[in-house]
Amino acid sequence: MAVNEELLKSIIADVVKEMSADAPAEKPAEAPKAAPVDEGPAETLVLTPDGEAQKGTAADEVIIGVSAQFGAEQQNNIIGVPHAKIMKELIAGIEEEGMKARVVKVYRSGDVAVIGHDCAELSGSGVAIGIQSRGTCLIHQADLPQLGNLELFPQCPLIDLDTYRQIGKNAALYAKGESPNPVPVKNDQMARPAFQARAALLYLKEVQSVVLGKKPVNMKVSYK
Amino acid sequence: MRSKRFEALEARPIKKDGFVKEWPEVGLIAMNSDLDPKPSIKVEDGKIVEMDGKKRDDFDMLDQFIADHAIHIEDAEEAMAIPSIDIANKLVDIHVPRKDIIKITTAVTPAKMTEVLGYMSVLEMMMAQNKMRARLMPSNQCHVTNVKDNMVQIAADAAEAAIRGFDEQETTVGIARYAPFNALGIMVGANCGRPGILTQCSVEEATELDMGMRGFTAYAETISVYGTEQVFMDGDDTPYSKAFLASAYASRGLKMRFTSGSGSEVQMGYAEGHSMLYLEARCLYVTRGAGVQGTQNGSVSCVGVPAAVPGGIREILAENLLAACLDLECASSNDQTFTHSDLRRVARSLMQMVPGTDYICSGYSSTPNYDNMFAGSNWDAHDYDDWNVIQRDLRIDAGLQPITEDALVEARAKAARAIQGLFKGMGLPEITDEEVEAATYADGSKDMPDRDVVADLKAIEDMMNRGVTAVDFIKALDKEGFHDVAQSIFNIQYIKCAGDYLHTASKLSSDWEVISAVNYKNDYHGVGTGYQISEERWKQISDLPWADDPETI
Repeated sequence: MAVNEELLKSIIADVVKEMSADAPAEKPAEAPKAAPVDEGPAETLVLTPDGEAQKGTAADEVIIGVSAQFGAEQQNNIIGVPHAKIMKELIAGIEEEGMKARVVKVYRSGDVAVIGHDCAELSGSGVAIGIQSRGTCLIHQADLPQLGNLELFPQCPLIDLDTYRQIGKNAALYAKGESPNPVPVKNDQMARPAFQARAALLYLKEVQSVVLGKKPVNMKVSYK
Repeated sequence: MRSKRFEALEARPIKKDGFVKEWPEVGLIAMNSDLDPKPSIKVEDGKIVEMDGKKRDDFDMLDQFIADHAIHIEDAEEAMAIPSIDIANKLVDIHVPRKDIIKITTAVTPAKMTEVLGYMSVLEMMMAQNKMRARLMPSNQCHVTNVKDNMVQIAADAAEAAIRGFDEQETTVGIARYAPFNALGIMVGANCGRPGILTQCSVEEATELDMGMRGFTAYAETISVYGTEQVFMDGDDTPYSKAFLASAYASRGLKMRFTSGSGSEVQMGYAEGHSMLYLEARCLYVTRGAGVQGTQNGSVSCVGVPAAVPGGIREILAENLLAACLDLECASSNDQTFTHSDLRRVARSLMQMVPGTDYICSGYSSTPNYDNMFAGSNWDAHDYDDWNVIQRDLRIDAGLQPITEDALVEARAKAARAIQGLFKGMGLPEITDEEVEAATYADGSKDMPDRDVVADLKAIEDMMNRGVTAVDFIKALDKEGFHDVAQSIFNIQYIKCAGDYLHTASKLSSDWEVISAVNYKNDYHGVGTGYQISEERWKQISDLPWADDPETI
């Protein structure tokens, strides 16, 4: 595992601090400026390649599958939340259920279903989270069809840090064989008019780094 | 100092919409792109060997599918020789009948049709749309969903939508595993409103097909096709796999249409530098080549992309018209939010409301938009009266009619009780009287009590593993005393056996007559011809319950 205990403790401490400090804006989709303001230190997510990702054997493993430019060419989601903070929340959600997170980067496609399903097949528990740079994510399971999922969060401008943490937690619960209540689905019909064209632009940039046929790679997680 | 005028303008809803400038190299351009291929065709030994500037050896899988299956080769060279501007003029000319144009438009290439439409203004395209629509009369489709995936509310909203005039209804899910309950809710509810409503549940393709085959649904439309090879492959598909899926639906007499729409290729990152209209043309030719009767198009869920570039709303009309030109049924979108501006959303919809399409919306949200799980529709339940008044103002038939509050309550109550009975009869988790009452009077899911989601999901898994089919639904409804509803669900399945609603642009009347482009052809050929609003229908549209009556005031 790339994340050691000490780092974990500091992450959890950070996250707890952020959770009490952050009051998510009520309607983040109204306009980009209304996005939750994050007062924590501006950190950059550093993902360091650590060899080709193999099928895991540990039943307590949940993979966080990230897209090609996540934590690299792109560092923020569509409403400007840093990938560093998103990663911390996802990992914290998984860890608080006593499970272990592995981060894997998928290069062959930018599609969130492909990222999630490829990683679910690699995951020791058969469960993975898939996430794109713009923030769109899902929870996937190896024995589902690629375009199926356990939970899908398609409207990325509406996903706040608290929701990312719950997504991590629920992924861990599925991995333990439990049937958690799904994370409440957020819905704002005005997300599309405000954000779809920008979402397309971010994705057009993302796929510039897609490499057809390239195998998924394990990633060491650090922050600077 | 700031201009107060500019400050006022900045506060307007339209300023919250996203706009981008054209970027033709990655396909961020609506139509009329210099980078689109120039039309061409070469036929040798009854085979297309060159199309739109590409030799057969260089064809990608879409080119090959289109060249082999989507174009009437015997007429192709002659049709391609007609100047594009002449074809555009024929589309507008009331003296050229639909069938003569179809002969040409089904024998030319995607680049040719893109060029033809590139000459036309929106006004000219609306004239053409009026004539080229497949079915004689227009119709409308709605969405019935809610944030809680509450099937009792779905049933009640579906029943109300049916008496308001929607002939087709579509649901989907927040939580994928809820699909079977939502499909039951909409089918039972809609047919409580009026017998003969076709319903569908849009979910992952294998699940959707399974539900269709078991009789949870009557049709399907979210079988997506794309205009470039890479985007097709991202969806784990080819035109051939989609054609196979289409035939799987047809084998069970299930109506189905493909879905495509401009902006999806840009949205998915692989537009190969072509305009949105050209890529949509390729989708529609693939649809035709697969032998599918119709399409849901008009950008659909990617509408934020064309709407953000210049001329995007014109392009959306062009793609609807192109579907009609390929002799396809067109369910013409108008279904997804694309703007914060009320002015802009009406202007966009007039393009289809005025000429009429086979299904003007695909769909209109029958709930308040906060409950719309297709991420919001351009029209929602709170706009019902506006829609009805626009029809009355313009004397157009856009599929709906006003209703009274008593009729609404009666329809919703019946549907909620029927789904309650169905659940009881099938041994599914209880639907309480409290839920029935809440659904009867609800505006949206905020008015509904919460259900035990985990218990519902377990019951669904068990029900699906038991292998239940429509026969079980019909038996349960009948046992619980809902004989007329049971009969309607039976008739929906029965008509599948005859295959009658596989015909282009089909819908069912409340007497179970199949109304399609086969028995009700659009025969428009000038003023006073084609579909005319009957006196009875005009009374329905024009009779606003809240209008002052000169006799009683």
